[in-house]
Amino acid sequence: MLNEFQQPLKLLNRMTSCSVVLEAPVQRVAIFGGTHGNELSGVFLVKHWQKNGAEIQRSGLQVTPFITNPRAVKKCTRYIDCDLNRVFDPDNLGKVMEDIPYEVRKAQEINNLFGPKGSDVAYDLIFDLHNTTSNMGGTLILENSGNDFIMQMFHYIKNALAPESCPVFLIEHPNLKYATTRSIAKHPVGVEVGPQPQGVLRADILDKMRKIIKHGLDFVRIFNEGEEFPPCTIEVYRIIEKVDYPRNKNDDIIAIIHPCLQDQDWQPLNKGDPVFLTCDGETIAYEGDSTVYPTFVNEAAYYEKKQAFVKTVKVKLTAKGLRSSSS
Amino acid sequence: MAALQRLQPVSHVAVSGGTHGNEMSGIYLVKHWLREPSALQRDSFSATPFLANPLAIERCVRYVGRDLNRTFTKQFLNSKATQDEPYEVQRARKINQLYGPKGSAQAFDFLFELHNTTANVGACLIASVQDNLLPMHMCHFIQTHCTLGHYPILLYNLPDQEAYSISSVAKHGLAFELGPQPQGVLRADLLTQMGALVACALDFIDLFNKGTTFPAFETEAYRFIGSVDYPRHPDGELCASVHSKLQDKDFLPLRPGDPIFQTFSGEEILYQGHATIYPVFINEAAYYEKKIAFNKTEKCSLSIPALQRE
Repeated sequence: MLNEFQQPLKLLNRMTSCSVVLEAPVQRVAIFGGTHGNELSGVFLVKHWQKNGAEIQRSGLQVTPFITNPRAVKKCTRYIDCDLNRVFDPDNLGKVMEDIPYEVRKAQEINNLFGPKGSDVAYDLIFDLHNTTSNMGGTLILENSGNDFIMQMFHYIKNALAPESCPVFLIEHPNLKYATTRSIAKHPVGVEVGPQPQGVLRADILDKMRKIIKHGLDFVRIFNEGEEFPPCTIEVYRIIEKVDYPRNKNDDIIAIIHPCLQDQDWQPLNKGDPVFLTCDGETIAYEGDSTVYPTFVNEAAYYEKKQAFVKTVKVKLTAKGLRSSSS
Repeated sequence: MAALQRLQPVSHVAVSGGTHGNEMSGIYLVKHWLREPSALQRDSFSATPFLANPLAIERCVRYVGRDLNRTFTKQFLNSKATQDEPYEVQRARKINQLYGPKGSAQAFDFLFELHNTTANVGACLIASVQDNLLPMHMCHFIQTHCTLGHYPILLYNLPDQEAYSISSVAKHGLAFELGPQPQGVLRADLLTQMGALVACALDFIDLFNKGTTFPAFETEAYRFIGSVDYPRHPDGELCASVHSKLQDKDFLPLRPGDPIFQTFSGEEILYQGHATIYPVFINEAAYYEKKIAFNKTEKCSLSIPALQRE
């Protein structure tokens, strides 16, 4: 099919009541590492693939591994001036100033190379590799519950990794969603694997991340080759609220994550369950009426963002059937 | 076995947290004790809590200019102040002034240093190889009275190497090293354990001051003998990670031929040493820049004579 016909055809198919979505074939893929310079799995995988990329090649596909924050990687720190993974909004991408933060300049360069965000020539798919100090296992991050392509990919990855669990975290929310590095692509995929301390490279965590990417790329190849994926449902955890540590008047933390909540990412939290432990040994309990599923429990980088954990709720999403529009 | 040894009573005791500004257990405990000192008080003395590296703590980094816990040598402590010297050199001199001077009769009797590591050491007690009597009895007391866990003893410093850590400012010292805990993270379980260790150690000092006789004993310890770096590319980049079979196996025997690293292409690198060693600090985040993937120790047996105050 010629390019100038793909767009309107895609639109036409989305508008019909047909249960199969025709999606443009995926041609350009990027794999980002080092968006946070001290999250080492992605850093070392990308550096390895830049030297030897055989493992990430699939026929008909251009896959580019890329280090997004090289100065932070060199210093083994999360960021130099500001968090790169929060500045891909139109305001920052459009800033024209003498003295802008390093990460904002980097974001503009990345947007030029792999975007522009929202345009037809933006990369089709970006995998953004992250680690967390939280016990989240191999989590896939979904930005938009309407993206059938990504939901089908996640369904495929989850099946491939089963019985190992692969939670899907939906960050779609009016004010909690943030402008990620990967959001410049048509299909943004976050891969968050933990627990791993900042500045540490664990073989088991690297291996888990590597498997997720392998299955993600396999999905793209199979999709491009014309396979039809029937409609499917996936269970996701949708973000509803961030919870900060209890603090005193001077903003000091006065209670910490309770041992019963520590490491219990994705496990149900019910009313009355312990959440925090004060210096004096008192337990602060969860007071909400309905069950929530906490995640990002005790993430090192979130102390400064005033986030002890986030609350999610379980939601079942349905993805429409999917096929490449060129098949 | 040597006869009963006598030492002066212990009256000036300090507890330092935040020698490294991102090792959170000690920082949080010291901040709490600065507000509420009662937990550090005993009949025969009170311990003084202090934050060793305030600027690093504020920024939640290990250090600002140089590693504070490698700066307590004569070279730095006796150096003249200059404009552009690292922040930690100033701090070391200040700490030496408050709790030392190192090597003098005025120095504090005992200094505890509280640390965390990303390595799976559990809770270990780190003492200097040169100072065997009082800290060893304290370790033995902790091992027999503090029942929250198992507390291996690690002997640091090579015998002819000058002591460089903060506790060397005082006449006697001991470090509590708890892990695994990521930098910048505060885990409740390790916090509780560290608080209990400090309490137990202060109980020991109180009993010692009151004239208790601590009988002679034999104990096992792990003595530091060297370190092993990661395999690296010519440009210094890592070309392998700690092998999954070695990861988290601190204090367990490592034999010649056992796997220690795995490259990103999947090859295994095996331990080439001649004898069994006991690796510790396996995959500590702060040691990548010190070119240490793990430290090697050998098991040794110590005979410690009985102890009583003078």
